[in-house]
Amino acid sequence: MAAKNLDLRQDFPILNQKVNDEQLVYLDNAATAQRPTAVTDSLVHFYQTDNANVHRGVHTLAERATEDYENARRKVQRFINAAEPEEVIFTKGTTDGLNLVASTYGEANIQAGDEIVISIMEHHSNLIPWQQLAIKKHATLKYIGLTADGELDMADAAEKITDKTKIVAIAHASNVMGVINPLAELAKLAHQHGAIIVGDGAQAVPHLAVDVQALDVDFYAFSGHKMMGPTGIGALYGKRALLEAMPPYQFGGEMIDFVHEQDSTWAQLPYKFEAGTQNIAGAVGLGTAVDYLTNVGMANVEAHEQAIVDYLLPKLVADPDLEVYGPHDPAKHTGVIAFNVKGIHPHDIATALDMEGVAVRAGHHCAQPLMTYLGLVATARASFYLYNTQQDADRLLVALAETKEFFNHGAVKA
Amino acid sequence: MGLSKLNSLYREVILDHADHPRHKHDLENSTNMITLKNPTCGDVINLSIAMDDQDKIADIGFSGDGCTISQSSASMMTDAVMGKDKETALRMAKTFSDMVMGTEHPQADLDELGDAAILSSIMSFPARIKCATLAWWALQRALLEEDAPTDEEEA
Ligand SMILES: Cc1ncc(COP(=O)(O)O)c(C=O)c1O
Repeated sequence: MAAKNLDLRQDFPILNQKVNDEQLVYLDNAATAQRPTAVTDSLVHFYQTDNANVHRGVHTLAERATEDYENARRKVQRFINAAEPEEVIFTKGTTDGLNLVASTYGEANIQAGDEIVISIMEHHSNLIPWQQLAIKKHATLKYIGLTADGELDMADAAEKITDKTKIVAIAHASNVMGVINPLAELAKLAHQHGAIIVGDGAQAVPHLAVDVQALDVDFYAFSGHKMMGPTGIGALYGKRALLEAMPPYQFGGEMIDFVHEQDSTWAQLPYKFEAGTQNIAGAVGLGTAVDYLTNVGMANVEAHEQAIVDYLLPKLVADPDLEVYGPHDPAKHTGVIAFNVKGIHPHDIATALDMEGVAVRAGHHCAQPLMTYLGLVATARASFYLYNTQQDADRLLVALAETKEFFNHGAVKA
Repeated sequence: MGLSKLNSLYREVILDHADHPRHKHDLENSTNMITLKNPTCGDVINLSIAMDDQDKIADIGFSGDGCTISQSSASMMTDAVMGKDKETALRMAKTFSDMVMGTEHPQADLDELGDAAILSSIMSFPARIKCATLAWWALQRALLEEDAPTDEEEA
């Protein structure tokens, strides 16, 4: 694939530093991305020129802040192609969005004997809310398994999703297996059985063009910080009819229509789900991150990351000391690459790579049931983003070779 | 810098304990048992201790999964406390956790830790301190909770 060589590093001052005396190579993007200057500047600009509470004042700053906040909502709406801005609810992030759905829609619609279907590759934040809902409601939580290749087993999905299924909740892209799941196909399957489908877009929205209407998902949650926005902000998409019918998530200021002594009525969408003063600056920063991604072009982001995977994955797979998880065909693999080195614990790998300036994650990646399913305790994980380069992949390869040398032959000579 | 700094963390003694862990087995006749997890990485240690009637550690063993540091630390810990009475073992656990956090201790205390004292090098790798302390934390918990819980606890 001919990738346009994105040259964006000058937009990310944090990348221009040494750690442990080596030039930093940041490969922990699945945990959180770095922010371009445009995003941090927009936060400073907001606080220094427009800051006020939104929807609360008649003064000029309040108007400006409200406009900034609602502009950000429209940017997010267009970015994921939601039908209308009222279908975009600002949240703290993916976890918050998924909990919102479980404790409102789930609370109102799940009954004893119902089934909730998720996959074994889910992040804890798209697992525990459903698990706890199932416990509380005496419903059954079912897991779709994986193929030998590490992809979602669609034959198993067709078996697990039945007329008893009320909710299907699946990651659009996995934070461990490096796969994109066929969310549109799953949505069709869920709808055929009268269930709704919830997409966890945490690892998808930052990396590929997402169209919630084309996917026909009922809910879709994602985080700002993985797409270069601030921490503590994210969005939940929901179809209007569903959101209208749902009870509120939290109660307080902003989310009300009228409050009497003994009862209250709720505000219109999306404010019904945005109780209390929101992360206004966060939303503004997220809007700027959306602008940044739109300027680069999601097709270019995808092609750029794919080119790195095309280059790196075969080299990792060819190394007999390495075990690489997920599909070995680069065309089926995203820039999230989990692996283990035989005989070396992933924690030791991560410490050694860090000494070489290469930042990777090691652990269970908030997916303990997946680790157990794969018979693993932990893995190392390198994850790439639009500012990473082929040279970064080379630095990883060299650092891995030196790490193996170190642990296989005892300490290196100082 | 590259990997030369790693030499201080992965000294030969440490690698030797990790490659050939001492006392890595579960006891059949244990009086105190505990399973601890490091929730950030999923590392697990099962520690079993047999106390004799003089409140001494007559036997100790561990099993579980973990990185070089947590495995060698567990191995060194079991070596160090074998035959010690409860009070001494608890004091050693305290010395160890103080040491890796950078608190000064008299040389005699450190000597008592045996090989384990070498893990003071972990101080310059803050992300790994938990790996080193897991085994000692398990020891402390197992000794203090006489009718120790056998269910899983998070460290
Ligand atoms: C697939 C997936 N889902 C959900 C989350 C949770 O996101 P957040 O911690 O931003 O709520 C993550 C992030 O780690 C993720 O990778």
